[in-house]
Amino acid sequence: MKVSATIVLRGRGVVGGRAEGEALVTRHTIPGWGGVNPQQGVITETRHELRGKSFKDKVLVFRGAKGSSGWSAMYHTARLAGTAPKALVFNEMTTKVALGAVVMRVPSVTELDRDPLDLIETGDWVIVDGDLGIVEIQKVDK
Amino acid sequence: MSVRLTDAEKAMLDGRDGKARQKAMALLVRYAEALGAERFVDTRNVAGVPGSASPFLQQYYAGQDEAGLDAIFSHFDLDSDELVEVPQALVPTFHLQGGADPRQWQTLGVKVEVFRNYQEREAFAARHDVSILKTCTPYLAGNVPAKGEHCAWMESSAVIFANSVLGARTNTEGRESTSAAMLTGKIPDWGLHRTEHRYGTHRIDVQVPIESVMDWGMLGYFVGDAVQERIPVVVGEFAKPEIVRFKHFGAAASTSGGVEMYHIVGVTPEAESLEMAFGRNSPIESFTYDRAEQRRVYDQLNANASDPNVDFVMLGCPHAALEQLRDAAALLDGQRVSANCNLWIFTSRAVESEARSNGYVKAINQAGGVVLTDTCSAFAQALPPGTKVAALDSAKQAHYLPAILGVQAWFGSTRDCIQAALTGRWSGERP
Repeated sequence: MKVSATIVLRGRGVVGGRAEGEALVTRHTIPGWGGVNPQQGVITETRHELRGKSFKDKVLVFRGAKGSSGWSAMYHTARLAGTAPKALVFNEMTTKVALGAVVMRVPSVTELDRDPLDLIETGDWVIVDGDLGIVEIQKVDK
Repeated sequence: MSVRLTDAEKAMLDGRDGKARQKAMALLVRYAEALGAERFVDTRNVAGVPGSASPFLQQYYAGQDEAGLDAIFSHFDLDSDELVEVPQALVPTFHLQGGADPRQWQTLGVKVEVFRNYQEREAFAARHDVSILKTCTPYLAGNVPAKGEHCAWMESSAVIFANSVLGARTNTEGRESTSAAMLTGKIPDWGLHRTEHRYGTHRIDVQVPIESVMDWGMLGYFVGDAVQERIPVVVGEFAKPEIVRFKHFGAAASTSGGVEMYHIVGVTPEAESLEMAFGRNSPIESFTYDRAEQRRVYDQLNANASDPNVDFVMLGCPHAALEQLRDAAALLDGQRVSANCNLWIFTSRAVESEARSNGYVKAINQAGGVVLTDTCSAFAQALPPGTKVAALDSAKQAHYLPAILGVQAWFGSTRDCIQAALTGRWSGERP
């Protein structure tokens, strides 16, 4: 793996702490209860572009949360099951994603100065600093 | 810290009102900070699932309780690393759906030890003064908030009903925030608690007749997909909807997207006019719902069904209103459900009791159907043994059931579904 470029985005920290990992990116909103299997860490919603994909230990980069009010409880359960993402980067703030990020206890950042969905691709290495509200993207040569 | 606390809130956070309320306040402060909220509002109307537990949570926290201290509530509901003694609910709190029908749990295929756990968790909630409504439709079972009332509700289909139809104010809260609100009477003053965030953002022009419950469900599914978590303003010529149509429209819109509030011009309380619905906002985007869109939605909801041999019909998502049980009984009309098919209708304990008084439960039972409470197939992950093909009259259930349980699902009208139950075959038609 060779890093070809580094991009730094600045935003607002939602949950503090620092983590890094491989990005899993979707322009879709992400479901909670009824669209995810927290024990396996996998999206199960029928027509979701990430259907069958695992978010375990990934830096999840997504538009926002949708669907059931069981969102936080599902990702909270994922934390207990050891399948939670390592960090969150998202665009649209809702109560679901805020509470979910809090109880997942993973560094999370939103309100970035450039759209992370335009700049981060699945497979990029991403460092998320929730204390400073900074996201560093290391583009990986493919 | 951006959130400002009153003296009473500070005292709670400092532990003056005991350890559990301190942990609850601490969680609410973390949550408010994540949102970027500046303060809390007081609430005296909380709807959640305090202390409830899936078999996974039961197993995960097994053996961690100590005398008088509850591991599930402490560690999961309050996200506290410390085990705390749980006091009574501080404000009126209502238990939403969960567990299994208290009399017919075996029909749902629930194992006896799992049912005992559900009973224990229900007793825990009841001991802490939580009203055991056990429904996703609290507004049909005794909790009807007033216009402007600040609530802390879970259950996306109930949240959208409270905001849009009743004019009450709640965001879509979660398990942990509602349990924390139960102990503190506080919830972040953010989003739909604030007037400026309740105005419409997107316009939906309806250009196809909208009459039946099915029509409203499909329109809701379209709207949610179109606007995601924003606030749609629906404009069109149609007969004024009532409770059941609002229920199916909202449930669908909060499933295909994350809609928590909508306006229907000339119908809902904060939309007497188009101007009132949008306030100072101009529509970000406009969508037209015509026959072609309606057909597209119908096809999406029926996308994974191909086998016309229906072995399961499920009604009551969200939980059936009394008139829906009446309609089901009337459509069955003394006939028998096919030997190859099961008919389950889900409702709340309150409405089930009313339906029993009216003889609807007896009529459904005599036809071979079952009326069940507390949960639904998707929520309980419960189907009759061997189910391969389901028929549903709820866009929400049709969205979830195939994803959760891997069955085929037909979507149509209540009449289509009852017909399928009687014949064992799907004969619903595309609009």
